[in-house]
Amino acid sequence: MSPVRSEPAEIVTEMSGVNPRKCMRCGKCSATCPSFSKIDIPPHRFVMMVENGEIEALLSSQLLWKCLSCFACVERCPRGVEPSKLVEAVRLLQIRGQGKNYRTPDDVPQFVEADEEIPQQLITSTLRKYSK
Amino acid sequence: MSFHYYPGCTLKTKAKDLDECARKSAEALGVPLIEWEEWQCCGTVYPQAQDEIATRLAAIRALDEARRNGSDLLTICSACHHVMKRINRDMQTNEDIRTKANNYLALDTPYTGQTRVVHYLEMLRDTVGFDELRKRVLYPLTGRRIGAYYGCMLLRPSKEMQFDDPENPSIMEDFLEAIGAEPVRYPYRNECCGGYVALEEAALVGELCGKVLDSARQKGAEALITACPLCRYNLRKNGSKQDMPVYYFSELLAEALGVNRTNTEPVRLEK
Repeated sequence: MSPVRSEPAEIVTEMSGVNPRKCMRCGKCSATCPSFSKIDIPPHRFVMMVENGEIEALLSSQLLWKCLSCFACVERCPRGVEPSKLVEAVRLLQIRGQGKNYRTPDDVPQFVEADEEIPQQLITSTLRKYSK
Repeated sequence: MSFHYYPGCTLKTKAKDLDECARKSAEALGVPLIEWEEWQCCGTVYPQAQDEIATRLAAIRALDEARRNGSDLLTICSACHHVMKRINRDMQTNEDIRTKANNYLALDTPYTGQTRVVHYLEMLRDTVGFDELRKRVLYPLTGRRIGAYYGCMLLRPSKEMQFDDPENPSIMEDFLEAIGAEPVRYPYRNECCGGYVALEEAALVGELCGKVLDSARQKGAEALITACPLCRYNLRKNGSKQDMPVYYFSELLAEALGVNRTNTEPVRLEK
């Protein structure tokens, strides 16, 4: 007997602790998102797609790598939906897979060689966000 | 009252000015900062997922050490402050995280968020007091028009950070006034610099920093202050063409108190 596996959408809502059904589609998160011009799926649509269980499509979303974790969407959401937590959960779902790291410690020498002023904080946060 | 001082990784390397100026200023102001020798990097980003336990442990160890010493934990880097404050709140409010983290750490007494996390600016406001600070200033920054750059980490989410009004903060402007400068309020002072995507999306970070710097310049700022090494790096790297110096707030504090790095001995001030 194979173990019971949760649906990806269930995993994402549980991991994030977010209820995407609270979203009323006002789009304020997307309006305030500093990465809006660089992403394919804006935050309000991301939330809707989680609600619709379309996680597979989100796994290749640009937002996973371009969300700045600035928490503007969290602060300014009138319904307390916390979109950035959903983005983080989907990103983790992706990078927790074998060989799915977006960045690895092997990349660090090239960063540092490119600019010796780079603060440790930048390298650590990159690895914390983009690798497992 | 003494503080359990948590400098964080970057203050020991690329942001030594932030650390040294803060220490010398605290000494001059009579606020003892005690650094725990065994602190580890907080992780720099707050783990937003409920099931991330290992990435919370370094912060919890530092918080617990402060509890053992009966001190408040004092942070200065915006990212450290953000991580410490939110993980401490997790330990107070999230039973699942609290249980798993304590099971892992196996401390003598379970850690349940007893420590108070205080930012250096909050210490200046609440422990020293801005009125008292004003009296201690030897070299006021008279006529200097300085913009405060808050960024994200100190302010948001305000429900958890409880640092200041997230859309119209004032603590850094009040600080600037106390050291004799003229604070310049500008619209983009609490918008993101681009943070950690600097290595992935340099163009985006350039765009965002450009907006911040333009906004400050339009309102007449001649320089900016920040508490965050990454904000400072991004603003300086991307704003080089704009000729807008970006300082750590503690550098200006040390200058005003007369204890900046050119002085070998901190000046001791009488009340």
